This record gives sequence, structure tokens and C-alpha cells, in this order.
Amino acid sequence: MRTEDLIHSLSQDLGPLPSTGRRLFLPAVAGALSALALVAGWLGFRPDIQVAWTVPMFWAKGAYTALVALAAYASLRILARPVGGALKGFAMAAGIFALVIATGAIQFVMTVPSERLLLLAGGSWQVCSQNIVILGAPILALTLLTLRTLAPTKPARTGAAAGLFAGGLAATVYGLHCPEHALTFVAVWYSLGMAILTAAGALLGPWTLRWR
Amino acid sequence: MPAEVEDQLKTLMVRGQAGDPAAWNELLTRLSKQLRGYFARRMETGSADVEDLVQETLLAIHRRRMTYDPGLPFSAWAYAVARYKLIDHWRRSRVRKHVPIDDVVDWLTDSSSAEEGAIRADLEKILADLPDRQRHLVRDVKITGLSLAEAGARAGMSEGAAKVALHRAMKTLSEGRSGS
Repeated sequence: MRTEDLIHSLSQDLGPLPSTGRRLFLPAVAGALSALALVAGWLGFRPDIQVAWTVPMFWAKGAYTALVALAAYASLRILARPVGGALKGFAMAAGIFALVIATGAIQFVMTVPSERLLLLAGGSWQVCSQNIVILGAPILALTLLTLRTLAPTKPARTGAAAGLFAGGLAATVYGLHCPEHALTFVAVWYSLGMAILTAAGALLGPWTLRWR
Repeated sequence: MPAEVEDQLKTLMVRGQAGDPAAWNELLTRLSKQLRGYFARRMETGSADVEDLVQETLLAIHRRRMTYDPGLPFSAWAYAVARYKLIDHWRRSRVRKHVPIDDVVDWLTDSSSAEEGAIRADLEKILADLPDRQRHLVRDVKITGLSLAEAGARAGMSEGAAKVALHRAMKTLSEGRSGS
């Protein structure tokens, strides 16, 4: 096809498109709903949910993972465009992560040695990270699919941001199921779940984020 | 690029995003000329891929037009798309890890004056001491004027690896010259 003809036909094809921000909003909402559906239909809400929300740790846990999700989301909004590096969002997530790890470590050290194992393992350490990964997988898939229609030029970094976002969102919703309240537990197993999704995103990015 | 041209293109872009066909037609037509030059400087002369790349880039600009944020410079956005398409093209075709000798001879004998030819011959003699990969990098970056990322993609390595290899090559060259 001659370039002039291409230009002519493209000019006739200017239907309205949703803005970049609105496009990225879709996987966030759909992803949160899918994780919520998985908790409701598969894992079940924590039995004490009616009183749990009065405990500060319930909110501290949610704040940690939700802030990670927000920081990753801010990076995604930049990485979805061809210009810009978006390291600020990653730096913010790393800062939050470091703070939680440090507080978790302090809690661990301040506890009497005989109870430390309980603090670390809780009652669900075998399934925590795994469940977060399962809740996050659909969010990651939706986010990557959306990003394909945008214009990311750094596929690995963008995939990592998508994974971190999926992990943060999934972990936040997972808090509605998981009754663990020890900071040490959250710092280790919640973070591991989010890290696995981030790594998966970084690996999948170069494969999936090629422009069609 | 002069500021007023940048402003004109940006205005056309914003009108195109809002769905104005005339503005879009004018923008893509003007961009296609710039892009043709941009790609031609980075490919072998007369390559049929240049026009393909122009069209692919126009298509990408069209489909992804909403990823342009009017608060940012327009040309940076457009060339980032073009650059991505170029690197993608090189990565896909994995062109020329080894430049065929005919092309090199063409390129060397293409010089318009005898003096230029002599300079090029000297240059080739100096570059000949380098390993293949480094020689190609030096030629792509320092002579052809590609960016590190572009030259790296061409040689099948990351931008970081290309930077290190080029640094080594330049060090070798300067040591060789001071030694002789």
C-alpha cells in the first residue's frame, strides 16, 4: 500500500478512543472484582470479619498492600506511554516494603524466642503466598492485555509494574480472608506473594507486551 | 526542531486525538516525511524496509494516539514510537551481526573525494585491530550515529552490554594510538 493511501484511510478511521488513564482503570476494577469473587466463592471471608475491622492491624496490613498497589499503578500510568522511566513508583514501593520488613524484623527480635516461630509461621504460612499469587494471576493477565493496546516501550519493567500492581491488589483483597495479624508474617509471606507476581510480570512482559 | 514546527505538530496531534480527519491527515503526511529521513539515515541506502517502517510507525501512532499526553513534548513522543519500531525491526530480523564484505566495499568506495577515501582507509586500518563486535559498535555509534540502544539491538546485545563493549573498544583504540 502506498503511504499516502494509508494516511488517507487512517484519517477516515478516527473513532473516539478511551484515554490511557481510563483504559488502565478497567483492569484495576475488573481485577479487584475477580479477586473478591475468588475470596467469596473459594477461600471464604474470615469468620471474624465483623469484629476484625476494629483491630488496627487489619488496616495496617491493608494499607501496606494497598500502598504498594497504588505505587505500582502510578508507574503503570507512565510506563504505558513511550516516554519516561517511572522509577518513582518503584522507589516508593521499595520504600514501603523496606519499612514493613524493618518493622517485622523488630517485632520478631522483640518477641520471646519460644514464640517467634508462631509469629513467623502463623497458621497459614504454607498457603499465604500461593493464594496471593492465585488471586493476582487474573489481575496480571488483565493488566497485561490492557497494556498491549497502549504503548509501553520497556516491556520487562512494565511487566514488573503490572505484576507488582496485581500482587498489591490481590494481597489487599486476600486480607479479607486471611486472619493473620503478625507484622512479621505479613512482611514475609505477603511480600513473597507480591514478589513472585512481580517477577512473573517481568518475565512475561517481553513476551506479551509486543505491540500488535 | 524549531519551536514553531513543534507547536504546529502538537496542535495537529491534539486535534487528531479529538477526531479531526483533516488535521490527522496533515500530521501523518508531515510525520511521514520526517520519519522517512529518520529511518533512511539508520538503514542501508535504498533499503525497501524504510517505507515499511514509516508505515508501521504511522499505524502505531494512529492506534496508540491516546497515549500521547498533551502536557508533554510531541516530537519526543513520536520519535520514541519510531525508535521502538526500529529496534523491534532489528531485533526481529537480527540483521547483520556480520556485514557482508560487498557492502563494506561499496561503502568504502562510495567516498566522493580521494581525500575522504584515504581517511576512511586509515579508519578501517585502525578499526581492524578490534574484535568484530566492537568494530561494528564503533562504526554504528561513532560513525553512523546510532544510539547505544539501536546499535546494541543491531548487534544482538542489550544497551548496557553495548555501552561496556564500546567503552572497551574506545579504550583499546586510544591505547593503540599512544603506543605507536
